[in-house]
Formats: sequence, structure tokens, C-alpha cells
Amino acid sequence: MKKIILLNVLFLNLIFSQQTPAPTQDKSVLIFGGITHVGDGQIINNSVIGFTDGKIDLIASSEENWTDKLLNMFSDSNNKKYDTIIDASNQHIYPGIIALNSNLGLVEVDAVRASVDDDEAGTYLPEVRSIIAYNAESKAVESMRPNGVLVAQIAPNGGVISGSSSVVQLDAWNWEDAVIKYDQGLHINWPSPYTFGRWWLGEERGLKANNNYNKQVNDLKEFFDKSKANMNLDKSMNLKSRSMKAIFEGESTVYLYADDEKEIVDGVLFLKKIGINKIVIVGASEAKNQLDFIKENDIPVVVKQPYRFPQSVDSDPRETFMLAKKMIDKGILVSIDPSGAPQSRVSIRNLPFYAGSFSSYGIDKEAALSMITLNPAKMLGIDSEFGTIEIGKSATLFISKGDALDIISNNVTHAFISGRNISLETHQTRLWRRYSNKYSNSQ
Amino acid sequence: MKRLFLLLIFFSFNLNAQDYFIVNDGVKTKDYQYNVFTNANIYSSNGMITNGTLIEKDGKIIDIGVNLNLPNNSVVYDLKGQYIYPSFIETHSSFGVKKPQRKSSGRSSQYEPSRNGYYWNDHILSDYNSFIDYTYNQKEAKGYRDIGFGVVNSHRNDGIHRGTSFAIGLIDGQNESYRVLSQKTAEHYSFSRSLTSGQSYPSSTMGAIALIRQLHYDSDWYSQGESISKDLAIEAIIKNKELPKFFDANDKLNVYRAAKLSKEFNLNFIIKGSGKEYENVRELKKFSNTLIIPVNFPKAFDVSNSKLNDKLTINQLRYWNQAPANLGILEKNGVTFSITSSDLKNKREFLSNIKKAIKNGLSEKVALDALTIIPASSINLDDKIGKIEKGYYANLLITSGPIFGDKTVINENWVKGQRHIIKNTDKVNVDGDYTIQINDKSYEIKISNSLTKPSTKIKRDSTDIKSKVSLVDDWLSLTLFDSINEKPSFAQISTKISSSTSLSGTGSDFNNNSFSFTVSKKKVENNTNAKKSPKSKSDSSFVSNVTFPNVGFGLKSIPNSQSIHFKNATLWTNESDGIIENSDIIINNGKIVAIGKNLETPADFKVIDATNKHITSGIIDEHSHMAASSINEGGHNSSAEVSIMDVINPDDINVYRNLAGGVTSAQILHGSANPIGGQSAIIKLKWGSEINDMYFEGAAPFIKFALGENVKQSNWSGSRFPQTRMGVEQVFVDHFDRAKEYAKTWEEYNSLSPRQKRSVTKPRFDDELETLWEILRGDRFVSSHSYVQSEINMLMKVAEKFNFRINTFTHILEGYKVADKMAEHGVGGSTFSDWWGYKYEVNDAIPFNASIMHNAGVTVALNSDNSELSRRLNLEAAKAVKYGDISEEEAWKFVTLNPAKLLHIDHKVGSLKIGKDADIVVWSGHPMSLFTKTEQTYIEGALYFDQDNHQQKLKEIKDEKSILIQQMLGENLPGVKLRFPNPMPQIEVTCEHTEF
Repeated sequence: MKKIILLNVLFLNLIFSQQTPAPTQDKSVLIFGGITHVGDGQIINNSVIGFTDGKIDLIASSEENWTDKLLNMFSDSNNKKYDTIIDASNQHIYPGIIALNSNLGLVEVDAVRASVDDDEAGTYLPEVRSIIAYNAESKAVESMRPNGVLVAQIAPNGGVISGSSSVVQLDAWNWEDAVIKYDQGLHINWPSPYTFGRWWLGEERGLKANNNYNKQVNDLKEFFDKSKANMNLDKSMNLKSRSMKAIFEGESTVYLYADDEKEIVDGVLFLKKIGINKIVIVGASEAKNQLDFIKENDIPVVVKQPYRFPQSVDSDPRETFMLAKKMIDKGILVSIDPSGAPQSRVSIRNLPFYAGSFSSYGIDKEAALSMITLNPAKMLGIDSEFGTIEIGKSATLFISKGDALDIISNNVTHAFISGRNISLETHQTRLWRRYSNKYSNSQ
Repeated sequence: MKRLFLLLIFFSFNLNAQDYFIVNDGVKTKDYQYNVFTNANIYSSNGMITNGTLIEKDGKIIDIGVNLNLPNNSVVYDLKGQYIYPSFIETHSSFGVKKPQRKSSGRSSQYEPSRNGYYWNDHILSDYNSFIDYTYNQKEAKGYRDIGFGVVNSHRNDGIHRGTSFAIGLIDGQNESYRVLSQKTAEHYSFSRSLTSGQSYPSSTMGAIALIRQLHYDSDWYSQGESISKDLAIEAIIKNKELPKFFDANDKLNVYRAAKLSKEFNLNFIIKGSGKEYENVRELKKFSNTLIIPVNFPKAFDVSNSKLNDKLTINQLRYWNQAPANLGILEKNGVTFSITSSDLKNKREFLSNIKKAIKNGLSEKVALDALTIIPASSINLDDKIGKIEKGYYANLLITSGPIFGDKTVINENWVKGQRHIIKNTDKVNVDGDYTIQINDKSYEIKISNSLTKPSTKIKRDSTDIKSKVSLVDDWLSLTLFDSINEKPSFAQISTKISSSTSLSGTGSDFNNNSFSFTVSKKKVENNTNAKKSPKSKSDSSFVSNVTFPNVGFGLKSIPNSQSIHFKNATLWTNESDGIIENSDIIINNGKIVAIGKNLETPADFKVIDATNKHITSGIIDEHSHMAASSINEGGHNSSAEVSIMDVINPDDINVYRNLAGGVTSAQILHGSANPIGGQSAIIKLKWGSEINDMYFEGAAPFIKFALGENVKQSNWSGSRFPQTRMGVEQVFVDHFDRAKEYAKTWEEYNSLSPRQKRSVTKPRFDDELETLWEILRGDRFVSSHSYVQSEINMLMKVAEKFNFRINTFTHILEGYKVADKMAEHGVGGSTFSDWWGYKYEVNDAIPFNASIMHNAGVTVALNSDNSELSRRLNLEAAKAVKYGDISEEEAWKFVTLNPAKLLHIDHKVGSLKIGKDADIVVWSGHPMSLFTKTEQTYIEGALYFDQDNHQQKLKEIKDEKSILIQQMLGENLPGVKLRFPNPMPQIEVTCEHTEF
């Protein structure tokens, strides 16, 4: 048995030369000795986790150190042997991190227009689907994996109704293989009640009221009314209305982009009145006075990541780090919106650190982990499969040598998506090795 | 009749025409009479004369005194105790001047000047005299006269050098020969570009400053006769050398910048401010410049919406609260100023705002001087205007009481002896209640507003009666509508107003029969006065303290260096001791004086128990753009002459936020718009200090270069050279060739004897080439923005060819590809930790860059380029541990010691070493963990950020905001015009930021 372990560890150390994307799991895996962060708040110390055919089929823990004998116990009791055994002693095991509101795979290089596919022309675009533009082979996508970000919502941007988003896993040949859930959400940018004076046109600088706010809201209402009236017509030329059907019938979720409290209240009341109840607020950066309202309406929030300026020059510089705690204390289901950070798309790989930063301002660390695992899984309706390490769920998880929520200790050694042992190699690690070798060889 | 009317106007225009002018339209007439004012309180230059007499003739004051003998041919005005003051002088106006036409520049940028034979920059309009575009504007003149001005000095406010102004007496019934006091009064400058040209340079305040500097070097050189070609703009400057010089700064920081320029070139600028000078008066008072200060106090915000109140900043609220105290504060600090009515949207608020300023600390004497003597001497007319003195122009205000009295009004404004009535004191007020009998019925008439636009309320036996009223000249006409025998009828009366106690006149009754009447005003009880006195607001007198800077988290006083013994901490020394646990560090006089275990506390030193805490040297950001008003001068492909040091903005809240992140020093770099950028400022984040104290003392000079997509204008449409990396190389080669040639010319010239020098042409001083010459000499270091390996290699080769070394490659995202070459060249790399994917040139940017460069022997720093990111540079250092396995000790140096080395300040900062500056940070735990917080940040031993004090400040901000909003609610009354709360957007300034 000992021999087997060593062999397999050796094998896994060669992950850099693995096939990308990884093939379907055909060998069962057992990970022992690690500290398992379940994702729902629980921690299992000195754990053992087994998965076969993409599903977790074993979770246990031991007060003693894991010995061959102890490990064999599982093999015997389940009447099967795990093919690959990984020693994760003193390491940490987490469910795969889930990114919401990402444009991964839709944009490759921001400044190269030809590589930008996340913002279609038009105002109300419910028919537009992000999934078909998703480039599964994007360099940005692969760079997520070594930090444990394994699942993402691919969301369009722009307009008032940007289009629909789908949920993907981040190790696939193409978008069809990547999909976890098609067209799960519709993304609506609520109009802003304020604008900033266009001083270059001679207007006064600074904030001012958006005089078109009511009109913009009414226009949106009209669009919803028409869509609702026409959505069941069996006619061509009502593509937009048909595309709205899923949200009226509760099959897909409205992601309401709203930061200011007026946007939040107006937007939520508007949607509820028209009969839409599956709502997620995205942004909510100025929501601090409306937390009771959000809780009463039982709406999850994808709160903007903390690495940004506070609301006002007079605000506590750390204000943005404290907002998530206030929401969690109210009992709101919270995840993290990675937008608005410097280089926000490629920085989605910093999602565990956004959670860590929120945690450093008062959120329990396991609750912070839930913000990027279980909570987004719930919002996406994929929590029966993803978001926690539980028996029967997809074996989408990763192992880190240290605390994955802190930059200095995040060090991912293995990652699995539905049991597939995925490569942690990227364009960036290839260049790293290539040039490290160049200099070490020349010495 | 009409002809006669026209004739009269014509006639009056010629009233004081020159004696030698010829008259063909009638007989020649001249004013021989004396105008004499008696029974007046005269504000003469020798003090107030009560019951005095003033004699005027031909526009001048002939005599002032008590009991003067009046000439025979006198027109006597008995002022009955009214007051006479010298009329005011406006030095900052564009009176009567045609507005400049904005040049539509089209799509492409203009890099060349559009004028021929003038200076190389279109924004220098020194040859322009505003007088040529001037026409007297009666309406505008009345606006000025109504608020007390008699003379205005006017210029077209357009351009960096705006040319010259002229002074005009605001005299309606005269022609220009009588009005013009000076056709060329002063030169005018600003930092703002001319609308009349699209020439790109300068595109920033620092560019404007550099341009003004070069202009003065050039005119100096030109005046020595060294130029072979003509330059009409410079010739104008030389010709106007003796004229006073005005500077339209219009912003408190620009006032400071203008004052600095003024001192540098001995220009004695008279500087127009913004009304916010109370915020940096401690710096302004060190200069001797006269200021021109507006009284455009901000209106109250509409604070009825609590959601919006959240968005208002302390600085905005304080501005409303503190602005009326500005003039008083300037007076207290000994700053000389005049007061301008410019910037006031409604000029009628001028005097009431000055009265407000007086209530807030301005003395009446200084206020009056600021309206008369000071502006008069600013425009060199103090021997003619600004005073009531024999021989001075009779520019007189006749006021109902002391000029700044609460109820005082200006009745007349005499300019050069010409009378302008502002308020007709002959008018009779007939407001009151009257009863009149018409058709045997009794009507009660209430008249109000009879001096301006009268209105009436009429009742018959408590029934409201409709009426219509009008006042033409002194005649009041009133129509009453009533039903007579159930038939609608009307009656009319008409009366000439001549008595304030009764009305008499004629009318026609409801039966159209005429009648005449006389009715007396009813006596009224004194109940109107009771209504007037406003309810006193409890906190209306609260004035916020001015803090440094005057924003939230500003300081009441600047912290002093402390003597502290920190005990039992983990010290990240960055020296050979490495990271040492359970150790002590002692600071004194701004320096680190001891490091070790179980040290003894010197007498009177404060002891801080730092058990479980980590202490490091302060974080240093090699690449920052915070605390600056300009970042890019993109108007030329080289802008070596501009300097961020000229445009430091100490008010930037990001200074405080960075202190809260443990940052103590930063290099504020020029942006990346052009290959040769501008000079840097290396600062210490001494929040609340004067600008001069923020500069890192003794820091070496730096300049920013840039390579890649930004300089070749890849991501927007550009037209200037270079557009490719090929061209970028040639920009450097060309400029260094020129700098070499320039150096040679000067070296040759400097080696000549004084006699030889006289026989050759002196080389022209060029600020840009001087800077490049410093680089060639090794006296100025280059930090170059860079991305891909080809250009990195190129710049090293160019430098080597010209025998100097690039000091730092900043950003340097492909540094890892040429790390061996970098090590050989001896250049450092200051990079982003993990940015990529935003531009084509960062495709191969990898987070392992720092690690590879470090391992290849390059001095590596991690930078921010973003003031939000820089406040967590400690976490960026952690990324070097994560990506590329750098040891924690080395990774920490990436944000402390290494940037200090790259900036050549490591002899003072960057490590915990005895003798170095006490720029230290106390962390709650491991400094690279995101679960750690900054507890204290010291610079030179002074505590600039303290977690406990921070909580206190948050509370103070909250409290002050609520007091100010409550105070403002006192002005949130129906009918009062309020402002929408309009905070400015916060911008994460990066390399690509442009100012205009």
C-alpha cells in the first residue's frame, strides 16, 4: 500500500505535463490527512475524501494519524480500492471557487477591440447569449485554475438588459463541454438616478440628478409589460419577448446591477411587482442603509469586491472591506462581485483573497469561504452539485498547502473538476519555467 | 420730438470733448460749474470728515473740508448727512471685451503654432492688447456701478500669456477719450490655454508652468540681442517689462504655484484667487504677492434628502461654512489683497457678501482698502483713483449710511465728476392703507411696493375687489372692478405721487363721472417690524476649524517627532539581522537610534508594548500618481522640462489612505503619454504638511520615460511622431543627440573669457535640453515605463550609446525575458505583481516576473501605479512569495528596501537600521498577511496614522457633518435657491490620466 501511495504522489507531481483539458475521471481518488473546508461553515480536520466517476463518495475524519491500515479500512468497508491516493497532511481542501459576474472568455485583451465580445450594441438585449462567445481556451480562463477558481458565471455587459449568462466549469475544450447550466441568468443594469456633470461640455463638475431617470425606468417597465404580454405568442418576430419568458416563469434569475440604494429599492420593487421573484442584486456598493429591505425581500447580494475606493473621500478607507460583514450579520446570502478591481477580469483569480479581505474585517473565515463557494452555487441553482464538499456532489475541489484565502499561503497543488485531475499549467507557468531554465542553464 | 431726443444724446456725449475738437452741430458748450457736496460724511484719505464739503470740477476733486468757501458758479448738492466714499476699482474683469472664439480643432491634434512671426506657442499672446477688441457696454457698466465700482481694469481672459489690459472709467454720458484711464495697464497670465488655438502643448498645469519659465528664459536671452530672427510676442514682453503683472490662478493651489513662479522670476504677480485661500494661507503668506479675492460664497446645498447628504463631503460643507471667513483669515495673516466681484453669478450679492465677510472677521478698513487703494496701486493708478484727496478723480459713492452698514444703500456713483443715480432718493414711498369713497361706497386700498412695482389690495366691506395698478414716472393709475347694481363696472383714479402721507388726484367713478379726491394714509401701528426679526438659529455661528488639509481626516496640527521605545516586537530589519523576534527598537529625533533585545528605556521616552506585533520600515511606492494635479504633459513627444514637483496636491485623501496602508514614501511620476515624460517628485506622505515639507529631502532628481503602446498612441487615434516602436527609439536618439550638441555649445561658451563672451552669441537656455543634459551627466535618473522585451533592450542600448545608464524600468512586464541583460546594464525593475491582459503588450506579463528578475540579480520592486492599490502594497509583496517562491524576507524588500535603492534614498529609508529615518510601521501581525492591519505609521518619528486616532476622526467627521447639515437646513427655506449635492467623482489616477 505504501508503495502505491508513493507512486501515485509521484505521478501527481507530474501534473504539469497533463493533458489539457483533463479527461473524464477514470481512476478513483482518495485524499487523506487534509483539513477539509466543506464550504458550508464546517471544517473536517484530518479528513479523508474519496471520489469516483466525478462524484464524492467518501468523507470521513480521524482523530489518529492516517496509516495504511486506517486507509485500508475505507477500501475494505466500501469494498473498493481507490486508485490514486494523495497525502494532503496539513494541507487544506476546499470546494472549487465559483466566480459570479465574470466576462472570462468573452474578452481576451481589453485594449484589442477584436478580442472584446462582452458588450453587444443595443439597450434591451434579452436574446443575447454569452455562452456561445465563451472562449474555453482563453489564457485568462486557464490562469484561474492555479488559484482554485474552477467555476464561473459568464455574463455579458452593457446596455440596460445585457443578455443572458451561463455557468461553466473552467477546464474544457469548447463552450459546449464547459457548460454547467445554460442561460441561467438575465443581466439588467438598473438606470442610475445620478450622473456626473460633463464639464468638458460646460456643465458643472460633480454629481447631479439624472433627469431622464423616470423615463428610463418607464421605458424599462414598458419593455417588461410588452414582453409579458407577448411571450407566449407562437409568432416569429417576438424574439425579445420569448427571451424574457424564462425570467417571468422563474426558470432563470434576474441579476440586478444596482449600487445606489435608490437603484436597489426601485429595482427590486419593480421586479417584484411584475411578478419576478428570482432576483440577485449585483454591486450593492452603497447599500448599507437598505440591508433590512434586502433581507425582508430575501434577496441574495453579490457585493462588490473590496479593493476599490470607499464611497466618499470622508469615508473610512476600509469601508469597502466592512460592507460584506454588515450584510452577513443581517442574514443575507452574500457572494462577491469581482468587477471594479484593477484589471478586474484577470484579477478574478484573486477571488479567494477578496473573501480573505472581507474575512479580515470580521467575517468568520468559513463564512468567507461560503461567499465564493456555497453561496454563489445557491444563487446559480447549482448547489446540489457544486459549492460544498459533500457526498454525492461533484468532486470539484482543490488542495492548497496553506490557507487559500491568504495570498501568502495560497499554494494550490491539485485541483479537480468533477473528479478530473486538471492541469495547473498555464501560459504563465510555461513562460516562468522557460525563462527560469534559460537563466539557470546559462549559469 | 424724436429728432430733438437724439440730438440731446449726441449733445451730452460731447459734453466734455476735448477743447480742440470741432463742433458742427450747434454751439460749443463747456461745463464751467463746480459740483459741490455739502453736509456729507466724507471718507477722505485723512479720515472721516463729518459735516464736510467736497468740491469737484472737471472730473477732479478740487477741495475737501469743513466750512469751505463755495465758488460762485457752484451746483450744490445737499447730502443731508449722507456719506461719500471713493468708488471701487475692479481689477479682474473682461468688461466690454469680445469673447474669444473657440477654434474648432477638428479631429487631429495640432502640434505646431498657427501664428507666424510670434512665439512658438499659440497660448502665448503677449502681443495682444485687449483694448483693440473693446466696446463700451452700458448695461455691463451699470451692473458694476450699481455695486459701487467706478473703474474697471479689463482684459480678455484667454491664454497663458494674455497680453495687456486697459482701465476704463464707467461713465455712460461720455466717449472713450474721457473714459480711458490707461490703454495698456498690465500684463496678464494664467495656467489655462487659449481657446483660439488647438495647439496641443501645454496640456497640463505643469506644462503651462514650464512654458512660462521657458518664455522668460527666452525673452531674457532675446533682450540681450542674441536672436537672429524676430519674435513679436517676445518683443511685446520686453516692451511691457515695467507693467504690473497679473496672474489668473483661480484655485488656491494655483495661487501658490503662481506665487512660486513669481518669486523665481521676480515678476511680482498680482494673483487672482478662488476664495479658498484660507485653506493654504500658511503657505501663501510666505510670499509677498498681492491677491485678488472673489466673494462668490457657495450657496447652501439642498440637504433635504438624507441619501444625497451621505455623498456630500466635509470639504464641500465646510466651504459653504468657511468661505465667508476667507478674507478675515487673509487679513489676520497679513496677506494684502483686493476684492473682486468676478466669479459672482449674481453681482447684486457683492456688497452683502462683503458685509458677511466683515461679520466673519474682516475689518471694515481693510475691506475698503481692498476695494480702493489696493486695486488702484495694483494697476499703477494710485495717484489718480482709490482715494478722496485733492487732485484725485472725483470717483465718488454717495451712500445712505456707512458703506458697510446693514441698511446702507448706494444712492449715487460719480465717476470722473459724472453723476450716475443708482437709487432715486427723490422717489416717494406711498405704501400704506387708504380709504376712498366712490359712488358712496367705501373702498379700503392697501398699496405696497410703490417704489418699484406697486401692487394693491382692495376691499369693500370685507369683499375683495379686483384691481389693476401701474406706475409710470411719478404717476400712479388704479382701476377698480366692482358690480354696480349687479352689473360689472369699473372706476379709475390717477394721482401724481408727491407726498408720502396723502394721495390726491382725479378719477372717473363706476358711472363714468369724473371726480377728484384727497385721502390720507392711515396711521399704522408698529407691527411690521416685529415680523421682520428672524428667528435666531442656535448654531448659526458655528464655523468649522480649518484643518490641514481641509478635508475629512485633516489635522488640526502637524504631528511632532516622538521619542519611543517599542518593546518586544518582531522586527523586519531588511538588514543582515533579518527578521528578529522579541526585539526592541528605539526612535528619537526622527531617527532610529537603537535596535536589539531587552533594551533599556532612555529617560522620558514613551514605551509601547509591541508584543505580537511586527514592525517594519515604511512601504515605498516607486510608481505612484497620487497627490498631483497633473500627470501627463502629452503636448509634445518630449516634455523633459515639466515637473510633478510643480503640481503637488497635498489635499489628496489618498495620502491618508496610503498611510493607513503603511506607505511612507512614494515617487510621483509623470504619466506615459510620451517617450520623454516629465520630472518626478519623490515625497514623504506627511499628511497635513506644507508642500515644501513633503518633498523627500535630498532625494535625487528623476525623470519618467515611457515605451510601448501609450507613447505610440496605439489605443486611440494619434498623429504625432512616433507611432511605432521604431520611431520611439529615434525620439530618444534625436533628443540625446540634441542634448549632446547643446551641452557642447554651452561648455564651449562657458570656457570663454568674459571678453570673448561679448564677441559671440550666447547660447539659448533650453529647459528641456538642460534636463536631458543632466541625464547625460548622470545627475538625473531615468525611470522608464516599459512592457515588451524589444523596447526594454532598445532603451538600454540607446543609453549605453550615450554613455549613461537607465536607472529603473517601471512596469517592466517582460523584464523576465531580458533579466540577464538588465542585470548587466545595472538597471532595476519595478513591476506590477500580477497585472496582465489589459493591453496587447501585456500578453506575456506573468506574476513570476519579479521572482525571475530577482533571481537573475536585478534589484526588484513592486509598484502600484494606482493610489487604491498602493495602500495594500504589503499584499502585493505576498504575491512574490506565492508566485515564484521568493522568501518572505526578500519579498518584503520588494516594497521597502528595493524601491528605496531604486530611488537612491536607501541611505535614509528602506530598512530598520540605526541612523536611518524613523519611517516605521507597526502591524498587528505578519505584514504580508491580509489578516493583518496597520496599527501605526510613523514618518521621521511623527505619528501620521494611528488606528485608535482614526476611529476618533471617523466620529469627528460624522459629528461635524451633522452640525453643518443642520446649519445648512437653516437655509433650506422655501424660495431659496439651493445647490444639488455634487461631490466630485474619485478617480483612480494612473499613467494614462490627462488633465484637460
